[in-house]
Amino acid sequence: MIFNIEYETMPREALEAIQLRRLQATLNRVYATVPFYQKKFEEAGITPSEIRSLADIQKIPFTTKQDLRDNYPFGMFAVPMDNVVRIHASSGTTGKPTVVGYTARDIGTWSELMARSLSAGGATRGDIIHNAYGYGLFTGGLGVHYGAEKLGASIIPVSGGNTKRQIIIMKDFGPTILTATPSYTLHLAEVAEEMGVSFKDLKFKYGIFGAEPWSESMRQEIENKLKIIAVDIYGLSEVMGPGVAIECHEAKAGLHIYEDHFIPEIINPETGDVLPYGETGELVFTSITKEAFPVIRYRTRDISALNPEPCICGRSHVRMKRVSGRTDDMLIIRGVNVFPSQIESVLMQIDEVEPHYQLVVDRKDNLDTLSVLVEVGEQLFSDEVRNLQNLEKKISKDIKEILGVSAAVKLVEPKTIARSEGKAIRVIDNRKL
Amino acid sequence: MKVEQISVFLENKSGRIAEVTGILAESGINIRALSLADTSDFGVLRMIVDNNQKAEEALKKQNFTVGKTFVVAVEVEDKPGGLYKILNILHKVSINVEYMYAFVQPNSSNAVMIFRFEKLDEAVRVLQENGVVVIDGDKVYTL
Repeated sequence: MIFNIEYETMPREALEAIQLRRLQATLNRVYATVPFYQKKFEEAGITPSEIRSLADIQKIPFTTKQDLRDNYPFGMFAVPMDNVVRIHASSGTTGKPTVVGYTARDIGTWSELMARSLSAGGATRGDIIHNAYGYGLFTGGLGVHYGAEKLGASIIPVSGGNTKRQIIIMKDFGPTILTATPSYTLHLAEVAEEMGVSFKDLKFKYGIFGAEPWSESMRQEIENKLKIIAVDIYGLSEVMGPGVAIECHEAKAGLHIYEDHFIPEIINPETGDVLPYGETGELVFTSITKEAFPVIRYRTRDISALNPEPCICGRSHVRMKRVSGRTDDMLIIRGVNVFPSQIESVLMQIDEVEPHYQLVVDRKDNLDTLSVLVEVGEQLFSDEVRNLQNLEKKISKDIKEILGVSAAVKLVEPKTIARSEGKAIRVIDNRKL
Repeated sequence: MKVEQISVFLENKSGRIAEVTGILAESGINIRALSLADTSDFGVLRMIVDNNQKAEEALKKQNFTVGKTFVVAVEVEDKPGGLYKILNILHKVSINVEYMYAFVQPNSSNAVMIFRFEKLDEAVRVLQENGVVVIDGDKVYTL
């Protein structure tokens, strides 16, 4: 079912007219209210009035995660705090999170887009949605929640964790739609099996999965194990949260981007040049309806491609390919964004010298595990085992506190971490997606 | 009065102690005393050798992390109650033993033990005041 037929199936020409009008209004507003954007536009020698066509967007400088970090926490807000009704945050590269805000109208927009997304994924107002995305600063839980209420479906705000209780709820409440990260979904399937609960006997029809990279083979595994149709949802808090783009359950071939609210571009990550439809590069978004936290040409670091061909579902919006990787070294571990540099700064605080470390990511029983190998140099070494064990515990505790992710710390001998051309290999990701 | 001990960080992998002792053998270094403290993942090998500098250089060249710590070598009477007597002296003045291990060969009729104390100087003073023989560093390396 298409939630908003008028906008979701709008002919290209009409859509682009709306995009341009909304883009111009957004640019005027950020220029007037966000010093960062005003400065950036001035440095580039442009004013919003010079943006007369959608193609003119290429004249505007990019916004990066670093820009958001420099303006921590509220420097990028385009409205007074009086008008902000919600704050979310995601982890950043140095321990400080990226903070985003929403006005009441933004929450309304987000709810609408999530209602559209849930519909595209197969949900109707008659469905019961089991929402296992985490509730909190992370946008996943509340994003789905508001969209489900907007749609008129029944939502179970079960959040993440406490897996056995989740299985009991699935059995007793009879939810028909599952929303979760794909890895947690496979974990749910395993725990269900251990508890002697078969998904054949549950009522699930559709699943909407995202917030971490996954693959076609994982989709098949989930569909086979859960006896459902599984679709991919995309979003990031900087742009809005989940519901920026979603696959329709009819085609399951690329994610429709809600172009009446976001302008997507694909760029060459090295040169910044905009690439034509079909070519693979870094995904860039401009929000054109957001009030509290508009982003202009925000570089997501996600690698994708855009496909403008018409879709069998009837939606006219362009589709993005499933995200195939990152242009930076960010890892997503159990839904938490982790940059190797964050681990490095934790180690720096302990050691005060450049640490030699390596992150090893595995997926055991469908849950991501992070091991941190740290070479024991003379600064860290002690002839007392107790001190070394305390060191392991301290590193592990600091990582948990700063990054919010559990890590098993292992001390290793110097020069045992593999180096390629003299440079240490910082990350080994053994997850087979 | 203090003795310098070298310690080496080892991962819990087969052949690592063999490698360390091999490196020392090739450099003509004699191990006078040794102990190993370990966990499931790693261990710390502590040694008194006859040439610290040479041992340290040889091990570092092979990428081992080498630490140096001062310990005390104490003569212990080789008869029932010999060790107890020494530990009791320390206990009375609340000096904690971090770790200890035995020397490879006895010195005449007495055994020699290596002690690591947090309060090293105080421990040496107390032991000497109580008539315990604390062996000089230079003597220990070539004992």
